[in-house]
Amino acid sequence: MKGTRISDTAFRSLLVIGGIAVSVLLVAILFSLFVASKPALVANGLRFLTGTEWDPVQNRFQALPFVFGTLLTSLIALIISTVLSLALAVVMGEYYRNGPFAFILQTAVELLAGIPSVVYGFIGLFFLVPVIRLLQEALGAPPYGVSILTASILLAFMILPYSASIGREIISLVPADLKEAALSLGATPSETVWKVTLPYARSGILGGVLLSLGRALGETMAVTMVIGNANGFSLNILGPGTTMASVIANEFSEASGDVYLASLIEIALLLFVITALINIAGKIVVTRMARM
Amino acid sequence: MGDLRLIPAKSDPAVRARLRGDVSFRALVLVLSIIATVPLLLILLFIIIRGASSINWQFLTQLPKPIGEAGGGISNAIVGTIILVLIATVISVPLGVIAGVFLSESGKSRLGTVARLSVETLMGIPSIVLGIVAYVWIVRPMGHFSAFSGGISLAMIMLPVITLSTEETLLMIPVSLREAALALGVSYPATIMRVVVPAGMSGIITGSLLAVARGAGETAPLLFTSFGSPFMALNIFRPMAALPQTIFYYATSPYPEWQALAWGASFVLLVIVLALNIVTKLVTSRWKIRF
Repeated sequence: MKGTRISDTAFRSLLVIGGIAVSVLLVAILFSLFVASKPALVANGLRFLTGTEWDPVQNRFQALPFVFGTLLTSLIALIISTVLSLALAVVMGEYYRNGPFAFILQTAVELLAGIPSVVYGFIGLFFLVPVIRLLQEALGAPPYGVSILTASILLAFMILPYSASIGREIISLVPADLKEAALSLGATPSETVWKVTLPYARSGILGGVLLSLGRALGETMAVTMVIGNANGFSLNILGPGTTMASVIANEFSEASGDVYLASLIEIALLLFVITALINIAGKIVVTRMARM
Repeated sequence: MGDLRLIPAKSDPAVRARLRGDVSFRALVLVLSIIATVPLLLILLFIIIRGASSINWQFLTQLPKPIGEAGGGISNAIVGTIILVLIATVISVPLGVIAGVFLSESGKSRLGTVARLSVETLMGIPSIVLGIVAYVWIVRPMGHFSAFSGGISLAMIMLPVITLSTEETLLMIPVSLREAALALGVSYPATIMRVVVPAGMSGIITGSLLAVARGAGETAPLLFTSFGSPFMALNIFRPMAALPQTIFYYATSPYPEWQALAWGASFVLLVIVLALNIVTKLVTSRWKIRF
C-alpha cells in the first residue's frame, strides 16, 4: 500500500512540475528578452517608439518605421483575407457542409495551412512579384516587383486558412432553429446568411480575425523575401518597405555592437508584447462566443 | 440546412429581385472561395511537377557545390533537418505531454489557469522571437552557432502544439472510463498512464506529428541559431544546415542554377510536411476516439 501512495504523490508532483515548467518557460522568455535588450532600452529610451531614424553607423535605433511597416502590411493582408475567408467560411459552414465539394475545400484549406512560410515566400518571388511588377509599370511606379503590397497579398493568402477554418466552425455553431425561423418567414438563404448567421457569429468571426492578425504580425520569412527591405518610413504601398520581423531576420546575424544587437532584441520584445496582446484578445472573443 | 429551395410567387418583381440577389450572393462567395484556394493549389501542383523533375539520386545524396559547378545536392540539409527536428522532438514531446496531462487533470486549479494561459501565449509568439531567445540562452554563452540551439528554438515552437492537443484529447475521454479503473482499485498513476492516456493516444500522436511538421518547416529561428553549413555536419554543437533555410538562400540568390536547387528542396520539404499532415489525418480517422 505504502508503495502505491508514494508513486501516487510522485506522479502528481511530476504533473505539477510540467505545469510549472511551461509557466516558468514563458516568464523566462519574457525576462531574457527584457534583460538582453536592456542596453538598448537604456540607450534608446522612448525615442525607440517615436523616432524614425534607424542608422547603425550613427548608433541611432528608432523603430517606428518597422512598427508602421508591420501594422500596414498586416492591415492590408487582413482586409484581403477577411473578405476571402468569410466567403470560404460561408461556403464551408453553410452552403456545402457535406459532400465531395466540402471535402475538397476543407482538404485544400488544411493543405494550405501546412505549407511552410519559406515556400510561400518562394512562390511569392516567382509568381506574385512579376504580376506586381506589371502593376507598378502600369501605374508608373518603379518596377521593383517587391513591395509592401506584394508582401500584404502573400500574407493574406498565408493567414487565410486560419480565419477561414475558425469562421467555418463558428458559423456551424449558429443554432439551426434561428436560421430555420428566418427561412420559414420567407427569407432567401443569402438573406439568412446576412441577417441571421453572420450577425450571430460576428464576435466569433472577429476573434478568428484577431488570431490571424497575430500570425500576420509575426510572419517573417515570406515577408522578408518579397517586401524589398528598404529602411525608412514609407506610406507608398507600391514601394519597398520593412517590418519588425524582417528587420530582425535581415540584420540580426550581422549586427555588430552591443546596442545594435540589443536594439534588434528590443524589437523582438515589442513584437512579442504586441502579438501576445492581440492573441489574448482573440482568444477571449472566441471562447466567449463558443460558450454562448 | 442542405438544400432549402423556396417556391414563391415568381411573378412578383420584388421577389424575383430577391431571388436574383440570392443566386448572385451564392455565386459571389463561391467565386471568392475559388480565388482563395485554387491558384495556390495549382502552384502547389506546379512545385510538385517542377520539383519532381529536378530530383534524382545525386540531388538527395550529394553536398552542395560552389556556383559554376553543375550538379550538387542537399544531403546536408536533409540530414540537418532530421537532426534538428529530432532534438526538438526529444525535448518537446515529453514535456508537452506531461503539461497536457496536467492541464486536463487540474486545468481548473490556479496553476492550471496560469499554465494554460502561458501555453496559449507561447503558441502565439512569432517564431523569430523564439529564435532570438534561443540565441540569448545558448548561442551567446557558447560563443558560436549550434544545431542544439536551433533544436531548442524549434522545441519552444512545438511544445504548445503538443500540450494543447494532448489536453484537448484527454478532456474528451469519458469520466466513466477512469471511474471504472479507479473503482477496480487501480492506482491513480496507473489509471492515467494505462487507461486515460492510451485511450487518447491518437490525439497525442496527431498533435506531436503536427508539431513536427510545423518545426520542420520553420526557417526564421534557425537564421541565428543553427545558422547553416555547407558541409555534412553531424556535431550538434556546431552550425548545421536545414531544408527551409537552404530554400531561403537558394531562392533569394540571383543564380538560376541555385533557384533550380531551391525548387527541388521545396519539393522535398513539401513532401515531408504534407506527408506528416496526411499521416495525421489517417491516424485521427483510424483511431478516432469512439465512446
